Formats: sequence, structure tokens, C-alpha cells
Amino acid sequence: MSLTETIGSATINGVAYIGGLARLATGSLRAVFVEPFHGKKFHISRSVHQAMAVGVEALPIVSLISFFIGTILALNAAYELRKFGALQVVASAVAISMTRELGPLMTAVVVIGRSGSAFAAEIGTMKVNEEIDALETMALEPVDFLVAPKFLAMLLMVPCLTVWADFMGVLGGGVFGVSAASFTWGSYIRATLEALQSRDITNGLIKAAMFGLTITAVGCMEGFSTGLGSEQVGRSTTSAVVKSIFMVVCVDLIFTAIFYFTAPR
Amino acid sequence: MATKNNLKDDSARVTDGSAISVRNLRVKYGEREILHGVNFEVPAGETIVILGGSGSGKSTLLRTLVGLELPSAGEIWMRGKNFAAMSEKDRDELRKKMGMSFQGGALFGSMTVGENVSLPLREHTQLDDSTIEIMVRLKLDQVGLSGFENYMPAQLSGGMKKRAAIARALSMDPEILFFDEPSAGLDPIIAAGIDELILKLKKAFRMSIVVVTHELASAYLIADRMILMDKGVVVANGTVKELQASSQPRVRQFLDRVPEPELTGEFDYLQMLTGDVPPIRQ
Repeated sequence: MSLTETIGSATINGVAYIGGLARLATGSLRAVFVEPFHGKKFHISRSVHQAMAVGVEALPIVSLISFFIGTILALNAAYELRKFGALQVVASAVAISMTRELGPLMTAVVVIGRSGSAFAAEIGTMKVNEEIDALETMALEPVDFLVAPKFLAMLLMVPCLTVWADFMGVLGGGVFGVSAASFTWGSYIRATLEALQSRDITNGLIKAAMFGLTITAVGCMEGFSTGLGSEQVGRSTTSAVVKSIFMVVCVDLIFTAIFYFTAPR
Repeated sequence: MATKNNLKDDSARVTDGSAISVRNLRVKYGEREILHGVNFEVPAGETIVILGGSGSGKSTLLRTLVGLELPSAGEIWMRGKNFAAMSEKDRDELRKKMGMSFQGGALFGSMTVGENVSLPLREHTQLDDSTIEIMVRLKLDQVGLSGFENYMPAQLSGGMKKRAAIARALSMDPEILFFDEPSAGLDPIIAAGIDELILKLKKAFRMSIVVVTHELASAYLIADRMILMDKGVVVANGTVKELQASSQPRVRQFLDRVPEPELTGEFDYLQMLTGDVPPIRQ
């Protein structure tokens, strides 16, 4: 294959993959928000079970990582700001960085590692064990039964986890601010609130929701494309994590650009 | 038209008493055709056993009959409709009248046995929980698994998993039941138990049953008619006695368990792989 053919083939495959993700996502969202009004059952209990696994059980690790990220942000910001005698800007730097970018992104990375891989492994194993075929022979659509509850759970839980991550990040920055940058807790919180605009938080939450949809779509897609054999389940899981990270960064770039160009001047 | 061995040929006869009528069915995986014009009927209330060696196409045939594969040509008539040409919605409606038991059971590992069996009832009916519980107990009792509602599939033996899978396949009181290798991987005693269960279901419910297997002992016990497949075509179709009396070489080789002749050269190997006659070497 020539270089042109390779690039063309990769582009076509990439676009087809994104098309597949979009189809999976729209099918699932229709199953959650449209089909119940047309008499088709959607068991909310399955989403609740998924939400517990995706959200509640991720709280400890998200808390720890976000706290450390907040502290690291504060340290790095202070390192430069002290040259200009502007240490009081540390609180703003941490707050804006966490809410706009690092809160959603680091939460997405944790969710990819915990849940995106689990989705791929679960569905991949079901495929190998013919459980997906069994669903079809029982006239149950696998996307509606398996994927839609995950989409709803992620759509709700990833933004919630992001809010918590933002809070923990600010707390981590506050520990540095109070201990080494002459802040009191009161002044640090005041500075944080003054720096934040509702737009920062909203944009971060929109990104978080889109990350949640992306992670679910990629994880489930990789699960459904698992080949025969247990080795293929491992391959799907790894592929789900790698592709999810890449896709999340792409989505991040797109939405950050949108927010930049639509921001009021 | 009957052959001299009293085995019916592979032309389909559509009769009013057929549960399934397959006509000139062809199935491809990519460019490779697996089934080359299969014709047969499953009379209502009878048990058909589809026999064949590895690679004969019997599993592909079963997957096509339940709609997991779509044919590239041909028809599958069930309840007066061409299953192969239906919309997905109509196919799903027909699937509610069928039950399928997979080779490994295919029970959902995150659900209990009771939840597995009740799943079709919860999704497709408006029955209340207490009625569904009663029906689940009834189905588990029919397959000899009373009291196992709260067990997880991982806690069951191989034979018990097969029974639980059969209970799930029966939950909607199907008209047609499909079995994929029901005795595979089981010891002879447990396999005999599964055969007895199939016979019991056959006598009690008079449903049409299609079984794919390569276990001859099971086939002789449960079949009303047997179909032998080889390389994607039906090579024999008749009652157990008719096949046992057949003098067709491929039928005799399968039923008498005669191994394939040894391959003596690369051209023989090529022919075995492709089924084609190799070109004559100059």
C-alpha cells in the first residue's frame, strides 16, 4: 500500500469508527429518553446499579487524585508567580484551571481506567460467552439492554464526579495556599469565588458530560467488536482505554475551541 | 421424489403442517459462501436433528434459523411469513414464540438463575412479580432445578447450566425450540439426562424442536427425522431408520464413524481445504 492509500484507508476507517460511536450513542439516548414514551420498557434500576459502580465507588480515588492535582497546580503556579510578587493569584489559577480543564479531564481519565475498561471487558466477555446472541434470540436489543443504562449513568455521574473533583482540587490548592502562601482559609475561599465565573463551571460540566458519553461509546463499541477467545477480551479492554483517552482529548480540544470562540469579549 | 434409499431429496415441500420451511437457503461470511442452497422442512410437533461434522455448516444453519445471521439468498418460512425477509420488529415478534438453548448455556453471569429465567417475562409481558415468580418456579421444576432460583450461574455445574438455559428458553412457552449441541462437554450420564429432558418436553408440549448435534447416540434417541449436512449442503434427510439403512457413502462414513482418508500430498490437502478438484499438473 502506498502512503496515500494508507492515509486514505486510515481516514475512512476513522470516520467509520466515529460514525459507529455516534450510532451507538444516539441509539442509547433514544432508548433512554424517547422509547419509554412509546411503550418500551426502560428499567431505571439498571442505570442506578451502574451509577453506583461508576460514580459512588469512584469517589475515593477521584478525591485523592484531584486533591493532589490541586496541590501540584498551586505549587507550579506559585513557583512562577512569586517572581512577580503575585502569590495571591494562586487561588484564582487553581480554581480556573480545575473547573475549566483539569477537573473534567482528570475525572475522565479515572473513569476511563475504572469504568471504560470494565464496560469493554463486560460486553466482550458476554460476546465470547454468546450472551449477546442470547439477548437477540430473546428479542432484546443489546444496545437498549446493555448500553443505554450505562449511558444514562455516565451522563449523570461524570459531571457529579467532576464537581467533586473541582472541590477537592481547590481544597488541595488551599492546603498549599494556607501553609505556604500566606492565605487563610477564609481569604483563599473568597479569592476562589471571586475568580470563578458561572461560565467556567458550566463549560467544565458540559465537557464532563461529553466525556462521559465518549467513554461509554468507546468502551461498549470495543466490547461489541471483541473477537473469539479470552485473549481478545484483553485486547478489547486495552483498546478501549487507549482509544477513550485519545477521543476524550479530541472532544476536549473541540469544546475548548467552541467555548473560546463563543465567549463574550 | 424419493431416492432409491427412500431418503427424500433436498427439494422443499411446503405443507400446511410445517413449523419451519427452508428453501434454497444460502449464507455467506464475507465473500465465502457457507450454505449452498439448503432445503428442508420441520413438520409441526416433530424433532429434527441436524447432524454433521465440524465445518459442515450446521451451526451456521442454526444461527440463520434464529435470525443471528442473515441469508444472502433463499427463504425461511415460519407461521406463514418469510423470516429472512422480515423487518427487525416483525422478526422480534416471531422470536418471542421461539426459545434457544446455547451450547454453553449463555446464562447472564450477573443475574441469578431465577432472574435469567424470568428475563423474557419481565421484558415482554405485563405480568406482576408474584405471577412471574410462580412461572419461574414452574419452569425450573420442569427441568429438574427446583430450589435453584437464587443460585448464580457460576455456582452451577455444566449440566445444571444447560438445564437452566432450557428453562429460560421455555419461559415464554415457545412453539419452536432450538438446541445447539445440548450434550457437548457433558459426561455420558449427564448427557443422557439432557436427552431425557428433551424427550419429556417433546411428549408434554408437542412443540417443534430443532437440535444441532454431532452426538449420534443422542440423535437416535430424540429425533423424529435427521438431516445430515456436509460442506454446506444437505446430503441426507430422513427418519432415523432411513438414514441408518442408507448406503450413501457420506452418510455411512458419518454414522459408522469412519475417519477421513490420510492425505498423501499437498494437492490432496488443498482439495480437503477448498473442496475443489485441483488442476492437473503438466
